[in-house]
Amino acid sequence: MKYSNEQLERYSRHIILKNVGVKGQEKLLGAKVLIVGTGGLGAPAAMYLAAAGIGTIGLVDFDRVELSNLQRQIIHSTKDIGKPKAISGQETIHAINPDVTVITYQEWINSQNITDIIEDRNYDFIIDGTDNFPAKFLINDACVLTGKPFSHAGIIRFEGQTMTYVPGKGPCYRCVFKDPPPPEAVPSCKQAGVLGVMGGIIGTVQATEALKYVLGIGQLLNGYLLTFDALEMNFRKVKLSQNRNCRICGDNPTIRELIDYEQQVCELKQH
Amino acid sequence: MQIKVNGKDLVLEKELSVKELIDEQRIEAPEYVTVQLNEEFVDKNDFSSIIIKDGDSIEFLYFMGGGRI
Ligand SMILES: [Zn+2]
Repeated sequence: MKYSNEQLERYSRHIILKNVGVKGQEKLLGAKVLIVGTGGLGAPAAMYLAAAGIGTIGLVDFDRVELSNLQRQIIHSTKDIGKPKAISGQETIHAINPDVTVITYQEWINSQNITDIIEDRNYDFIIDGTDNFPAKFLINDACVLTGKPFSHAGIIRFEGQTMTYVPGKGPCYRCVFKDPPPPEAVPSCKQAGVLGVMGGIIGTVQATEALKYVLGIGQLLNGYLLTFDALEMNFRKVKLSQNRNCRICGDNPTIRELIDYEQQVCELKQH
Repeated sequence: MQIKVNGKDLVLEKELSVKELIDEQRIEAPEYVTVQLNEEFVDKNDFSSIIIKDGDSIEFLYFMGGGRI
């Protein structure tokens, strides 16, 4: 491809990197990343991927921006309250980098639409920026069944975790966590609370994984669960084993269709 | 004997089962914790029968999302 002078300048700090260069930046500009959820995790991930020049970014979110989101969901601003998050996210991305094509999906993901969304643009990498377990298992299962790499993450209070799934190269989310916990066992999102920066720290790790995957550099977090404790300021990389009994990626998989698990009540609210 | 729990050293006076260690460590919502012993997943059904030995490394992995349990 031919770079404009403006692009050469915009991406100059990438292009100067030995592991990126002109070729690597071209890979980024040709890459397609799907971000499910534009909340605490998805917001910073989307903004950094946009700034990095990921050519196509898909944003999935049915929610609208609320005042209580703004403590951590930095892709949205005070003026966006009431606006669909996918649209607000699209506007912020375009303001950061007009090179990026943003595809918006104003839907809640479920067993009927997730595969279509992933295959809509044949996304290269998927980022799970959701805040609930039914969605996390759905994304995991859909990625395993369609053979797509994805980054899982979760944050709560002062803690976070993330892992990367690469088909055939290490465990999936379900290898580690067999089934979603029952809705009544999980403190509601509002009850639990989260330090605003947690999404920034873990969401940018997810964005880093997406960039590394596209560039084909470094070691990804496949086969590891990275845990982060902000109070102790401690990152730990826990090595994970493959679970041969995993019901979706194990030796004898029994899950062949996507499952709609019951959601927490606070996730069901419609606007 | 000395073991590692989530990367931290822990001295035990005697060998414990995984279940006993979960109780001793006061793991929250133990029915939903994933356990890896020396980098192998431990089936929940084996929590009472598997004994932790000197030098073992155990990881408790928690659900983390809208709520950690
Ligand atoms: Zn698996």
